Amino acid sequence: MSEMQSTLPTSTIEARRRPFLGEVARRRLEAILIPLLALIIGLGLFGVFIALVGKSPEAFYYLVYRGGFGTWFSLQNTMTRTAPLLLTALCVALPAQLGLIVIGGEGAFVLGGLAAAATGTWLAGAPGVVGIAAMALAGMALGGLWIGAVGALRHYRGVNETISSLLMAYIAIALMQHFVEGPLRDPASLNKPSTPPLPGNFRIGDIPGMDVHWGFAVGVVACLVAGFVMSRTTFGFAARIAGGNARAAAVQGLPVGRLILAFTAAAGAAAGLAGVIDVAAVQGSANASLIAGYGYTGILIAFLARQNPLAIIPMALLIGGIEAAGGLVQRRMDLPDATVLVLQGILFVAILVSETLSGRLLPALGLTRKGAP
Amino acid sequence: MTTDLGIWAVPLAVLGGALRVSTPFLFVSLGECVTEKSGRINLGLEGTLVFGAMAGYGGSLLTGSPWLGVLIAGLAGVLFGLMHGAVCSLPRVNDIAVGIAMMLLGTGVAFFFGKPLIQPAAPMLPAISFGGWSDVPQLRAALEVSPLFLIGILVAVLLAFMFKRTRLGLIIRMVGDSADAARAMGYPILPVRIGATAFGGFMAGVAGAYLSLYYPGSWNEHISSGQGLIAVALVIFARWNPIACFGAALLFGGAGALGPALQSVGVTSGYYLFYAAPYILTLVILFFTSSRNRALDGAPRELSITK
Repeated sequence: MSEMQSTLPTSTIEARRRPFLGEVARRRLEAILIPLLALIIGLGLFGVFIALVGKSPEAFYYLVYRGGFGTWFSLQNTMTRTAPLLLTALCVALPAQLGLIVIGGEGAFVLGGLAAAATGTWLAGAPGVVGIAAMALAGMALGGLWIGAVGALRHYRGVNETISSLLMAYIAIALMQHFVEGPLRDPASLNKPSTPPLPGNFRIGDIPGMDVHWGFAVGVVACLVAGFVMSRTTFGFAARIAGGNARAAAVQGLPVGRLILAFTAAAGAAAGLAGVIDVAAVQGSANASLIAGYGYTGILIAFLARQNPLAIIPMALLIGGIEAAGGLVQRRMDLPDATVLVLQGILFVAILVSETLSGRLLPALGLTRKGAP
Repeated sequence: MTTDLGIWAVPLAVLGGALRVSTPFLFVSLGECVTEKSGRINLGLEGTLVFGAMAGYGGSLLTGSPWLGVLIAGLAGVLFGLMHGAVCSLPRVNDIAVGIAMMLLGTGVAFFFGKPLIQPAAPMLPAISFGGWSDVPQLRAALEVSPLFLIGILVAVLLAFMFKRTRLGLIIRMVGDSADAARAMGYPILPVRIGATAFGGFMAGVAGAYLSLYYPGSWNEHISSGQGLIAVALVIFARWNPIACFGAALLFGGAGALGPALQSVGVTSGYYLFYAAPYILTLVILFFTSSRNRALDGAPRELSITK
């Protein structure tokens, strides 16, 4: 041991002897500093873009603040928009714990909504609690099967999960449209094909004292539970090991296959539940409005949160707030509605580029020594 | 004036559709084939395709020449490719994730600048007619072929030749199969990969221009329905072989044309399910061509997706 140490360069030994920050503290600090820096740089780059097209970046930032966060009214609007995003972001972050990039949450979302509408119509007349519980279960089951199949394809056949999940999203949307315009169509829905409206007692209401439906609370709780499972249970620990090195985990006797199936199914169940909430709290029936890109926005949020379930909550609020302010920005500044998409794209690229700083940011700032572990 | 062909109208419409619908698949998959051969995967081609559709349409509208529009779309694609290639050259940056981000960015920027282009009509690309010998109007319609389709076939042959017989092809393959070997031989890895990604971007941009300037021949926000992404999966199916990419593109074009073809003869029920045919086909093909235990035959060994 002493022989090995003597062969190390002196600077490394010094760094080992006198670390400015411990390994854990350094990682935690970086996990907050790097995404924050990426967000600031991304927002700055977007400001340059806005200035280049001849608009005022200050006005843009101010309107996003006003429309998304500045008042109690806009904050409640933001929370309502954030509700499905919390769950669709989990649909990306859960498989990511195992190193899988699943981007087809949109498919589980629309199928969850479809399953909820079908179940609700079928159970009409039942007590509200029964109806809502059955709708939630049906949506989660169908969403779970859908993304679980992506996990199974990956594990048993080696099919790339990124591509298969996106293909399955297109198939799911086609299935949803088929049922909404065919077998499950309400004959009374003329201009916009929809399933029959849900019975009133199956609708999800608002959190008392707020203008925000219960879906927001459900989403926050789901993120907290996922965070707890990942950091405080052996199940989550096993998943983190398998995500770090699947082969080593298999050698240790960890059931990698079952972990993949469980995590992808849970991911699909989360996205499916988001679809249930959208139908039961917002739309009132399944129709083409379900295809609003919540699944795709969830990908961005999960990456912004660096796949940490707890960090999803603030990131989803941030993106939900930007989307909530979109209408105001569009009207006041005469910008196209795709402006929000451009901002999201820039933030996404910025956060991915910032990954390259991990392990290098603090040494560059002089907070730890170069080469420190 | 149409001749009553009965049930034969469907295969004929599928053939014609295959020739029209396959071209974007062909261009994107050929470009992505080169990118993947160099060891990178670019899922952002879907965004590049949409941006190319917008840039091509706008270019044709402003210059009055659809071919200049195609060139502008290709050059815009190069910029997206360069951006993907450069960003992925940084350590610890995941090429699949960057592709997803570029998909969002490309689509967003295309919609942002494309808003005023939805109304005006741009000059379209011409067609070459191969059906002059026939009296059947449906057959003549089916054999109207875009010059870009023919150019695509030529590019497929040239790429196959390049990979097999030229120094450049060998360098790209080596960089994609073993970065260590390429480094040992003194070949520059990152420039080759960035160049290969830029080429992929060019091809995807041209594919987008085909969508907006030939078939379906208009610019709107629903111009692409995942062709850029299917094409990436198609390269895997084609085992990174440019000639096989051509066959796969025809197959997918045919699958994509099935829904509209059936609709044209009056089959309207289950339209959405036929619309899903290319996606289901891709998934089935991936299922049968993937394997749990070994890397895919012919896969570039540096490719993250098959590692």
